[in-house]
Amino acid sequence: MTDLEYLKLTKTQKFVYGLKKFFVSIPRWFANLGKAIVNGIGGFFAFLGRDLKEIGTTFIQGDWKTKLSFLIMGFGSIARGQVLRGLLFLLFEVVFIFYMATSGVYWLGKLSTLGTVGPHEEYNETLDQYVMTYGDNSFKILLYGILTILFIIALIYTWRLNVKQNRIAEEILATGKKLKSGKDDLRSLVDDQFHKTLLALPLTGIIVFTALPILFMILVAFTNYDANHNGFSNALFTWVGMSNINQLVTWNNGSTNFSATFGEILTWTLIWAFFATFSNYFLGILVALMINKKGIRFKKLWRTILVMTIAIPQFISLLYVSKMFSNAGIVNGMLIDAGIIGFDGRIPFWDDPTLARVMVILINIWIGIPYLMLIATGILMNIPQDLYESAKIDGANTTQQFFKITMPYMLFVTGPYLLTSFIGNINNFNVIYLLTGGGPANQAFSTSGGSAGYTDLLITWLFKITTVDSNYKLAAVLGIAVFVVCAGISLIVYNVMPSMKNEEDFQ
Amino acid sequence: MSAKTEQHHMRMSTKNRLSNTVIYIILILMSLIWLIPFICIVLQSFRVESTGQVGYVIPKQWGLDNYVTLFTQTSFPKWYLNTLFIAVVVAVIQTVIVLCMSYTLSRLRFKGRKLLMNFMLVLGMFPGFLTMIVLYTVLKDLNMIMENAVPGLILVYVASSGMGYYVSKGFFDTIPRSLDEAARIDGATRLQVFYKIILPLSKPIVIYTALTAFMAPWGDFVFARYISNNNSAGMNVAVGLWSWLQRDTISQRYTLFCAGGVIVAIPVTLLFIALQKYYVEGVTGGAVKG
Repeated sequence: MTDLEYLKLTKTQKFVYGLKKFFVSIPRWFANLGKAIVNGIGGFFAFLGRDLKEIGTTFIQGDWKTKLSFLIMGFGSIARGQVLRGLLFLLFEVVFIFYMATSGVYWLGKLSTLGTVGPHEEYNETLDQYVMTYGDNSFKILLYGILTILFIIALIYTWRLNVKQNRIAEEILATGKKLKSGKDDLRSLVDDQFHKTLLALPLTGIIVFTALPILFMILVAFTNYDANHNGFSNALFTWVGMSNINQLVTWNNGSTNFSATFGEILTWTLIWAFFATFSNYFLGILVALMINKKGIRFKKLWRTILVMTIAIPQFISLLYVSKMFSNAGIVNGMLIDAGIIGFDGRIPFWDDPTLARVMVILINIWIGIPYLMLIATGILMNIPQDLYESAKIDGANTTQQFFKITMPYMLFVTGPYLLTSFIGNINNFNVIYLLTGGGPANQAFSTSGGSAGYTDLLITWLFKITTVDSNYKLAAVLGIAVFVVCAGISLIVYNVMPSMKNEEDFQ
Repeated sequence: MSAKTEQHHMRMSTKNRLSNTVIYIILILMSLIWLIPFICIVLQSFRVESTGQVGYVIPKQWGLDNYVTLFTQTSFPKWYLNTLFIAVVVAVIQTVIVLCMSYTLSRLRFKGRKLLMNFMLVLGMFPGFLTMIVLYTVLKDLNMIMENAVPGLILVYVASSGMGYYVSKGFFDTIPRSLDEAARIDGATRLQVFYKIILPLSKPIVIYTALTAFMAPWGDFVFARYISNNNSAGMNVAVGLWSWLQRDTISQRYTLFCAGGVIVAIPVTLLFIALQKYYVEGVTGGAVKG
């Protein structure tokens, strides 16, 4: 279809066309994804081949200093006067060898079984009785096993760097120039290599405290780590392959209805995220428009009152509001005092599934409008005023201006924000957990998931599975599921919305 | 001016006045809805005659008993100091980390920059609680749980704070690059560009980052509860006060919760309202840049 033909379509036709285009392009994405993966793998091997060849040339053409560096890292650098660099290489190698010899080999060896000696009773001669003896610790084997593998990867990378250094140094010396001194190296850390200095600390934190634990939990999804196999004091845990994931995707697997529970909670999570995101979005913009309307006074006062819900920690406001609407709470109490309802007619705000769901969405509006009001206020001020003026001249009324100018502009500018806030709502732990704790309980839900209830989101269910049931393997599977949902939605939106694509466009 | 346009203006202004009145009514109603819970919590913190939940708002007997009890007979002062300490330390370190991260990703170009950003995007899509079990075990080995939960919590908050660089990066993206280039030509190192040129311009984002970092520990509930593991000495205010609203505690502790809530909310709210301007700049920028 040409642009001209497209422009001739009516609104509905345009929408249908867009939708059709979206679904038609799905196979193409998968094809592209497949192609990208194949290219990636191909590219990797090509790179590996090139790299190995280069390492070979470096060895053959290199002098004895270079050759010795293949074994003793940093030797070449030290011998050529780049003492600081060389010492760092050497230090890394020494630390690595020491670590591998003292514990690395041990963890690595046990990684494939996650331990063989479980807790057992052993005869103690001095006490003349059987005592409980602990063997391996599956948890630590898995954790330190991953760490050791990462360490080995780091060594390979550093070793490659060390070989490259020799090559570069030889080339520089061959042209008769001087090598960089240790002082130059240090200086470059605040200049050309400044990014390394700045990123060192933050990245270490992220890798150790976020990436490594997530990697660990992804692997836990393939083990039977739970309350009955805690890996140390009652029984070891071990690899079980795909069986946990099968539990999630197989619909009918006899004793447990885990997958049905997952399906229902996922549905509610998406419904919740949709309403929570868009109700806040539109109402927030509306409130911003009202406050910023010409002729409305005390703008700062209205804003400050609304902003109170942002300032006051959510655990206070949400817990308090939750108790206000409880059976014994103020709202029911006042309704009884006023004679509107009887003693046995208390409104079951948190006990009725539908009512509870509506309540969390409504109270979330109370929490969310102020953020949107602030954001919208900022953006509204940036809309070029001449757009409105020319619209007025053309005879557009306020409603038309809102739908033809304000909303399109807002949607374009806040597209990425809508996505982040949708994802944020899928993972909105605080609002649900502090208001309802996931309740009211749903008897039809799987018992293996603690007491999952009608308002539970995937994230609160995950929390209960972790803290109440200690069913870590299912928590891990759920965590992966949440990731897949979020990543899937982001991918779709990213592909459909033009304003998401280019980082530099906003600059 | 012709009579017709005058009439038109008159009609417009009556219509305008009418719509403004409607807006005032809506805004006043909204303000009430927004304020009522907070007014209730303050009123109930002064209730003396009973400690549980009741069906009325205005106390029958007023007094400061709840506040006195709070500071003399409960662990609340300990929780408060824990949280305050955590919040101050986290605000300082997190600001430094976020600035390093966002400045680097915004203004320095190096190999692997895109890869790094995608890596963090992917990491951020995993629910944060997943890391809880592992971190608990690690902190247990370091003896940073239960009564020693405070340094453990600081470590957890600070260590992952580099992931929250988006808003701040968006800010740095808006500073013209020609400033850096001019300074580089004059022979400044990148470090000098950072602290002599960019930092002085970054006051709003520094305040925004520090403010949000300071406020977060007051409300954190998940990690704080897991790491303090029911040990009162290691709790923060959120976990401590939450434990007062459970089924078996609420009838004795409800008004205490209200008093505690007021004591927590007042300083945080005042700070927030004082620095509101910077917060607004931050969230608006963050939303637009994504």
